[in-house]
Amino acid sequence: MNASELTTISAEELKPVHLPGAIIPAPPEDSDTSIMRIEIGPAHPAMHGIVRLTTYLDGEQIVGMVPEIGYLHRGFEKESENSKWIQVIPYTDRLNYVSPVLNNIGYSMAVEKLFGVEIPRRAQFARVIMGEISRITDHLTCLAACAMEVGGFTFFLWFIKAREYLYELLEQVTGGRVTINWTRFGGNSTDFPDGFLKEVEVRLEKVREVIEEGDQLVTRNKIFIDRMKNIGVLSKEKAISYGFTGPLLRACGVPYDIRRADPHLVYDELDFEIPIGEVGDSYDRFLVRMEEMRQSISIIEQAIDKIPYGPVMTRERYLGYPDKKEVYGSIEGLIDHFKMVMEGHHPPAGEVYQPIEGGNGELGFYLVSDGSGDPVKCRVRPPCFNYVQAMPELALGHYVADIIAIFGSINMIGGELDR
Amino acid sequence: MQLVLEFLALPFVQDVLKILFILLLFAMPLGTFMTLMERKWSAAVQDRIGPNRANIGSYRGRGLLHIAADALKSIFKEDLIPKGADKFLYTIAPFFSFMSAVAVFAIIPIAGPIGDFKFQVTDVEPGLLFIFAITSLGVYGAVLAGASSNSKFALFGGTRASAQMISYEVFLGLSLMGLFMVYGSTQVSAIVEGQGEHWFGLIPKWGVFTQPLGFVVFFTALIAETKRAPFDAPEGESEIVAGYFVEYSGMRWSSFMLAEYIAIVGVAALITTLFFGGYQVPWLYHWESAPQWLVTLLQFGKFASFTFIFCWFQIQIRWTVPKFRFDQTMALGWKKLLPVALLNTVVTAIIIVALA
Repeated sequence: MNASELTTISAEELKPVHLPGAIIPAPPEDSDTSIMRIEIGPAHPAMHGIVRLTTYLDGEQIVGMVPEIGYLHRGFEKESENSKWIQVIPYTDRLNYVSPVLNNIGYSMAVEKLFGVEIPRRAQFARVIMGEISRITDHLTCLAACAMEVGGFTFFLWFIKAREYLYELLEQVTGGRVTINWTRFGGNSTDFPDGFLKEVEVRLEKVREVIEEGDQLVTRNKIFIDRMKNIGVLSKEKAISYGFTGPLLRACGVPYDIRRADPHLVYDELDFEIPIGEVGDSYDRFLVRMEEMRQSISIIEQAIDKIPYGPVMTRERYLGYPDKKEVYGSIEGLIDHFKMVMEGHHPPAGEVYQPIEGGNGELGFYLVSDGSGDPVKCRVRPPCFNYVQAMPELALGHYVADIIAIFGSINMIGGELDR
Repeated sequence: MQLVLEFLALPFVQDVLKILFILLLFAMPLGTFMTLMERKWSAAVQDRIGPNRANIGSYRGRGLLHIAADALKSIFKEDLIPKGADKFLYTIAPFFSFMSAVAVFAIIPIAGPIGDFKFQVTDVEPGLLFIFAITSLGVYGAVLAGASSNSKFALFGGTRASAQMISYEVFLGLSLMGLFMVYGSTQVSAIVEGQGEHWFGLIPKWGVFTQPLGFVVFFTALIAETKRAPFDAPEGESEIVAGYFVEYSGMRWSSFMLAEYIAIVGVAALITTLFFGGYQVPWLYHWESAPQWLVTLLQFGKFASFTFIFCWFQIQIRWTVPKFRFDQTMALGWKKLLPVALLNTVVTAIIIVALA
């Protein structure tokens, strides 16, 4: 086979595929030119989840793209229906595996909404602190990968180093770095260990240093700006119609943040700003995430000042296990413990949708309960599903090398995309 | 004994000895060492430890054994030729890359001449034109590898490499025009000789001082010519995986890799020779009674240390800046470097005429 055979594809191959968001080019009119189809992914260094972008190229220019997802499908939603309510929490760790705490919080809040309970204030503050730490790790990972793919490998490892400082914090509280399984219905499984909040402040200072250092290395670098500026531009209206949320929507200039729009936990008591971009290109997304990390650090510092003492788990018997002292000391405690182990939680029948501001955008859990011990439906609204759908439109007209600059900045996480 | 000396005095034998010395004792070891140095230095830049696991018993040599381990590994790896590939072209492609990287050392003097004996494999009259000819041969390595691999990613890499390397050849040549005018020759020994002089007996008349613009353009073009970061769009590891050598494995892949690292040494040696006085040790002329052997040793030491510094500098560049996109590489060349190189040529010519 010679090179020309490789590059040619027939007109029949260019027939439309019925996938949402797919853009298929029209076959070229003159016979001298041809369109080349290249499969980027599923095994490709820049596709950091697993996703396939079937790309149509005219020379180096992208004229069409079909994103194909589902390579990391694990059946999260179906598996949840076959589990007890509480057993779903560990599964949620695996959704967005760079900010697992936020998934835990989102799911637990949805179930708490079903129950209609308010969790103790200390637990709410703890969730804010852990959630924001998790948001920083999410943004650090995204920015690091994004910069790495346009060549800033040093930046990548610096940010991953900073992420490690924070993972170690999560480890102190939850015992795990990524699969943490931390929240429960009605509170959190563990309180902060002694001296933890001081440690948080020390480490945030270190993280802040790394962020500023990385900022100096990359943000005003001419090559980096050339690679990112005006790449993957999406207008406000288009972004809204695609269902963009989170940092990507804010980069397009819409100041929509669920922490502000629908204040959950104690976000309404904390003071923070919502950074927005101007044109909605890859560079704006980079800057928005960069600024959000600084805001998150400020939120954590405020939360540390305000966090009250008290329990981290509600005392409602139908939500949590009784104390071990009660289990061994009283018959009621023993019965409650037994019932909790054998039957689990029984949220009242109904359905709820609970959105929270995940690291990547709106992370929503839609739950249906029929009053029995199992979820009837557990649907996740992953933020990056919409982003991948918009990928062809973002990439159209750019060069092959821009795919990675765009794909890096939308931060696709295979775990929550394919579930 | 007499016979041995006579044999050694034969020009052919001397040439072979020089090739052996320069290649096997200087270029290749330094190039091989660069593979480790790149990993170690990038580790230092990135707050890591770097490779340190290869060992013989408890001896680890601070990662030094990784050089041997890597070589062994690539020798014993399966040498795949992809289905549908052009076997002949696929097989010879690495040699072009390797040869053009190695051949640069043919005209580089590593120390000053003693009498008629030159520490230089060949001092051909066209001098640097030979370098241009040889580096353009290196294009074939990338192009043939890309075209023969039967892979779209490789094809991308091959086309990118051909466009980039042929373009940057132009600036490579143009940037040296000023240098040729200043030192009045294209012969390498004459250029190095010319750089031995001093202004007011103080400032060495190095190329970097006489041709600062030429130096910048030449260095940039040379890095692009060797496809190193930030101009490594032909390899484009994030979008087209590894570019033109994506299908290669085993020792053939290693020869591409080794060619790249020898090219680093070659670039550093060329920069040292043309712009930093080559083997010329500045202010050495004050010390007239210096023994010949010491002078030669000092000259070699200076050449080697400057070469090493520029090797390090290229590694530092790679781990500091992001990469250019392919079209940006070309735009930088044709829209920025070309006018600068032309301006440099014109200004140099005017100054030389004005001074003369």
